[in-house]
Amino acid sequence: MSAVTLNNIVKRFGDFTAVHRSSLEIAEGAFVTLLGPSGCGKTTNLRMIAGLLDPTEGEILIGGRRVNDVPIHKRNLGLVFQNYALFPHKTVAENVAFGLKYRDVPASEIPGRVQDALDLVQLPDVGERYPKALSGGQQQRIALARAIVIEPDVLLLDEPLSALDANLREDMRVELKRIQERIGVTTIFVTHDQSEALAMSDQIVVMSDGRVEQVGEPEEVYNTPASEFVANFLGASNILDAECSGRTGGKLSLDAPIFGDLSIPAEKAPNLGGAGRAKLVIRAEKLVLSATPAPEGTVSVPATVETVDYQGQAVRYFVRAGETQLQAINMIDEHPFAAGAQVHLHLRPQDCAALPG
Amino acid sequence: MSVEAREARQPWILLSPALTAVTLLLFIPLIFIVIYSFWLRTATGAEQVGFYLDNWREVLSDRFYRDILLNTLKIAAITTVVCALMGYPAAYFIARARGNKAILLLLLMLPFWISYIIRTMSWINILGVSGAFNSAMIWIGLIDEPIQMLYNETTVILGLVHFLLPFMILNVFVSVDGIDTNLEDAANSLGATRWQAFVQVTLPLSLPGLAAGGLLCFVLGAGTYITPLILGGPTDAMFANLVFEAIITQLNWPLGSALSLMLLAVLGGLVLIYNHYLGMSQLAKGLG
Repeated sequence: MSAVTLNNIVKRFGDFTAVHRSSLEIAEGAFVTLLGPSGCGKTTNLRMIAGLLDPTEGEILIGGRRVNDVPIHKRNLGLVFQNYALFPHKTVAENVAFGLKYRDVPASEIPGRVQDALDLVQLPDVGERYPKALSGGQQQRIALARAIVIEPDVLLLDEPLSALDANLREDMRVELKRIQERIGVTTIFVTHDQSEALAMSDQIVVMSDGRVEQVGEPEEVYNTPASEFVANFLGASNILDAECSGRTGGKLSLDAPIFGDLSIPAEKAPNLGGAGRAKLVIRAEKLVLSATPAPEGTVSVPATVETVDYQGQAVRYFVRAGETQLQAINMIDEHPFAAGAQVHLHLRPQDCAALPG
Repeated sequence: MSVEAREARQPWILLSPALTAVTLLLFIPLIFIVIYSFWLRTATGAEQVGFYLDNWREVLSDRFYRDILLNTLKIAAITTVVCALMGYPAAYFIARARGNKAILLLLLMLPFWISYIIRTMSWINILGVSGAFNSAMIWIGLIDEPIQMLYNETTVILGLVHFLLPFMILNVFVSVDGIDTNLEDAANSLGATRWQAFVQVTLPLSLPGLAAGGLLCFVLGAGTYITPLILGGPTDAMFANLVFEAIITQLNWPLGSALSLMLLAVLGGLVLIYNHYLGMSQLAKGLG
């Protein structure tokens, strides 16, 4: 039985449809990320699961029980907000204890449970302080402690890391994942940050314009995007118009500009039926710049470096091959190429994916 | 001149027009009033310049003044409580309204475009012997003779509530409007009903606004003389009416000065207590 089920959910705000008929099954104990740009409907979905919004159509099931008409305070969910939403007039311990007061927890057990939760988020000694005396990262840990101390059926995280600065965000994401694995709570995480989604999730649900574009494990979503939107949103991709001439064995033959004939594995193009128009997806990091022509088994085409975007351990190039501009992200071995350099672009056909044209 | 020195001077330059006005129009007249309060009005009606404590002795020892002062504070307190009970829900509604809050706030400010005196007098047309209420009741047949509902303490409080309610609503509105709605959502998600979330989270966080509104209502209510003059009976005089009476009717400036300083001291003391516990910045927020 899935922990959370969305059944043909539609949400309209007046004339605007925020979520178009989306369906989703979330397994018990899974860490599922709703990923998409702002306005894609991911937060609307989360708020409907939480009970902060009512779906216009469709049903929501939590633990097999239909919750459309169950008010938020009876759903037993842990909710963590981007802006922490700690009660500023209560101490940290009072914040964490808040949800326990509305449950059948004997008063004598509350301090112990609060302390356990504070230990779990590695802030055991701040119980007597007020939230404003803590840093943003600490406040978010307390918000997490407050949400999990009630042993929720589902933990809902609404962009919980977005308000933190970059270094802290990466630490917190490791921390958050550690805590989630430790307590094993089903978690739905909303973010617009693809690296958070890729790093933390068991499953990623990519959303755009209120529709679910793709559901899959991080690797699957990353390597085999189901749509042009997914290919562009997760990482940087080059998408070229191509022509598929057919399927032979487990391979698809594609004729693409610049690269000519490519034979790609069929599983990298699950949505492509057969011959006809297609789109070739080349991940920016799979396109390798080299001073020398390619070894056997690799396609190689000459190109000119136009722009160099130096990023420390990696570099992003914009190169021109014929009429087409492509981007490539390469790790740096010694020195990056300079703008204007003549290079060879190397590409292994099995690294490409294809979409229906 | 260094940047630091210039920055240190800047607030004073910006404040100087206001300080000049306050000094000329408030501070200096106040000093005059203090001086007046030590003069004496002789039986002939002339003022005797000097340092006499007679006015102060009379004001501080006469039970008549003390009773009226206590009654004034009581009326102001009742008015404040009524304003809080009526104003809080309205302010909460406006702050949490999904639609255009600006329109709702404009509606709230609308009465300020009509003179306070006219607004107060409008109650005569509503509750007076030949007013709307009595006419309607007679027309329906519920009563035969008009009932005199005006000119008592209740109508004074009614008039004060009518006058002061917007101040309360504005202050509470600013306070509630500044509370993150996620806090209520968080409380709900943790198991609190909407009412519990309100009592546990929103209400305590909005108390500073409620206190600021309360202070304004109390001070403005306790200092008014127009409402009791228009809507009160002969025994419903409030303290400011005594000042009015002494200065305008009896032309006894020294006694009026002492009385007005006494009211100023009582209300000023309240403001100081408020400031000690909550700070004036909250009041500034509500007014802005």
